[in-house]
Amino acid sequence: MAEPRRVLVLVKYVPDAAGERSFADADSTTVRTTEGLLSELDEYAVEEALSLAESGGWEVTVATMGPEQAGAAIRKALQMGADAGIHISDEALHGTDALGTSAVLAAAVRKFSDEGGCDLLLCGMASTDAGMSVIPAMLAERLGLPQVSFASQLSVEGDTVRIRRDSETATETIESRLPAVVSVTDQINEPRYPSFKGIMAAKKKPVTTWSLADLGIEPAEVGLAASWSPVTEVSKRPPRGQGTIITDDGEGGVALAEFLAAEKFI
Amino acid sequence: MDALDLLDLDSLIEETDAALREVVRRFGAERVAPRVPGWFERADLSPDQVRELAVELGSIGLLGMHLHGYGCAGTSATAYGLACLELEAVDAGLRSLVSVQGSLVMFAIHRFGSEAQRQQWLPRLAAGTAIGCFGLTEADFGSNPAGMRSTARRDGTDWVLQGTKMWITNGSLADVAIIWARSIDEDGQPGPIRGFVVPTDTPGFSATTIHHKLSLRASITAELVLEGVRLPADAVLPEAVGLRAPLSCLDEARFGIVFGVMGAARSCYEVARDYALTRVQFDRPIAAFQLTQAKLAEMAVAVGQGTLLALHLGRLKDAGSLLAEQVSAGKFANVPAALQVARTARSILGGNGITLEYPVIRHMLNLETVLTYEGTHEMHTLVLGAAITGIPAFR
Repeated sequence: MAEPRRVLVLVKYVPDAAGERSFADADSTTVRTTEGLLSELDEYAVEEALSLAESGGWEVTVATMGPEQAGAAIRKALQMGADAGIHISDEALHGTDALGTSAVLAAAVRKFSDEGGCDLLLCGMASTDAGMSVIPAMLAERLGLPQVSFASQLSVEGDTVRIRRDSETATETIESRLPAVVSVTDQINEPRYPSFKGIMAAKKKPVTTWSLADLGIEPAEVGLAASWSPVTEVSKRPPRGQGTIITDDGEGGVALAEFLAAEKFI
Repeated sequence: MDALDLLDLDSLIEETDAALREVVRRFGAERVAPRVPGWFERADLSPDQVRELAVELGSIGLLGMHLHGYGCAGTSATAYGLACLELEAVDAGLRSLVSVQGSLVMFAIHRFGSEAQRQQWLPRLAAGTAIGCFGLTEADFGSNPAGMRSTARRDGTDWVLQGTKMWITNGSLADVAIIWARSIDEDGQPGPIRGFVVPTDTPGFSATTIHHKLSLRASITAELVLEGVRLPADAVLPEAVGLRAPLSCLDEARFGIVFGVMGAARSCYEVARDYALTRVQFDRPIAAFQLTQAKLAEMAVAVGQGTLLALHLGRLKDAGSLLAEQVSAGKFANVPAALQVARTARSILGGNGITLEYPVIRHMLNLETVLTYEGTHEMHTLVLGAAITGIPAFR
């Protein structure tokens, strides 16, 4: 049997949007919550990789960059069915911006590729916290690979990946040679629940940890200090105002219409 | 401080078990919870819908989850308990489906069946592509199953079953029934209770759905009639001889109930707390009144205590040292506690508490069944009495 082809899914550990949020005092870079999870938008990329694997001949590895807790994002992907995980973790990475992140991820992809080849890179369309959507493009640029973004459908035939991209005015079908960087939207599939067998099996799946030294990156190249666009201040938005309560004593409709007119809605 | 986990019991749950629980919680909330009030109100959950549910539950791995091999996930017993808790937080009917399939039917075949019986049924039951039911109780023999009238008469190498079974969850849609009957040898001499794996398409097997229930309305219950059901010799569960076998199956299911009812209680508490914080009377949320706060405190502590007890029993079961009497203690303590939480929640919700807009009265009605099935509260009281004094009061 032929060696399986290798897809690497890049995922992010993000704060749970349902959790309580607070801000770190020291550098204001990070929104902290008690709990984090695999970014929901990355679940679609994991699911797409798993469907590829189920079609036969693919091995799915998931990589994330982040502190120790970020291992939870890898574990979730392994529970869904991914074969292996790579956790890029280093004290010096704290506060790294998108440019730095893409440099680290590119080095990780090169190392992954050197160790057994990499036929496809999959990403979510954006992270659910920062929401910048730039990593796939930066990564493709750094790696010199084609970038095919916002796929709402994906298929692979031989050395060609074909995707569909839906925009407001048109639906495009785009082809690229492999390897390529592909980002997928939340329309592409319905991510599965991790099965119990998957959760049990995940405990035994390999997770490799890589430090900056493993990737040949100097600590000074990354982190808050090396950030091109550091966040200088973060403050909480004031809670939304109470609004106007109109008590309907028979004239409620008139009052509502007056309000809407005053706001130039009608 | 998490008002919904006052005692921080989440800190007692291992990561894998927590991950399993999260899947059940999400599945319950997304796939089942929106449909349950309608099923309950109309009592129209259909066999096809149960089959669909079973396949979904099976694809996750919930059916027979803590059994090993034969397509089962092989989780911890604690994880199974937590799954029951999350399922019953949706509805006791859903939890009952999983209890019967996993703890009664699959456990019976896994523990007492032949290798051929295991191979034939367990993978399909685990996948949810086959549904099982468990026939022990009869109309006149509930707490006293030893008196059952159903018989299994030996005829050559065959067995011929005769009798009726009552209150059988999923009885009218099951593909396979585990039937318990008094064995009678060819000379007409009664022998021990034996268990049989009965495909429900065997001639002489019939089931009638029981209607007019005002509890567990999102669950199908049936009466089984066995009219000369002829079975080959290999239909008997070889390792099950005597009443101890079916009772050990009930111990398994009962373990899930100790957790499950705390799911129903948590759901009631959660709804009551939300309601108390938003319902305004005398210009203040009713949560600001001391009487309501006392109720909320009682509910929060009861849910914490009951869940803590369940987790402790889970640890004992995982260590292999859990005693049947301890499971009885769990059911004895937790079902009435959950009922009390449901009733208190109902009072906080006032008039709204009696409608199906909120889950409270549905849980409350379901818990009346749970108080009685899998060993009545009275029987567990006497089991504990016997364990404490060494004097059985009912034999």
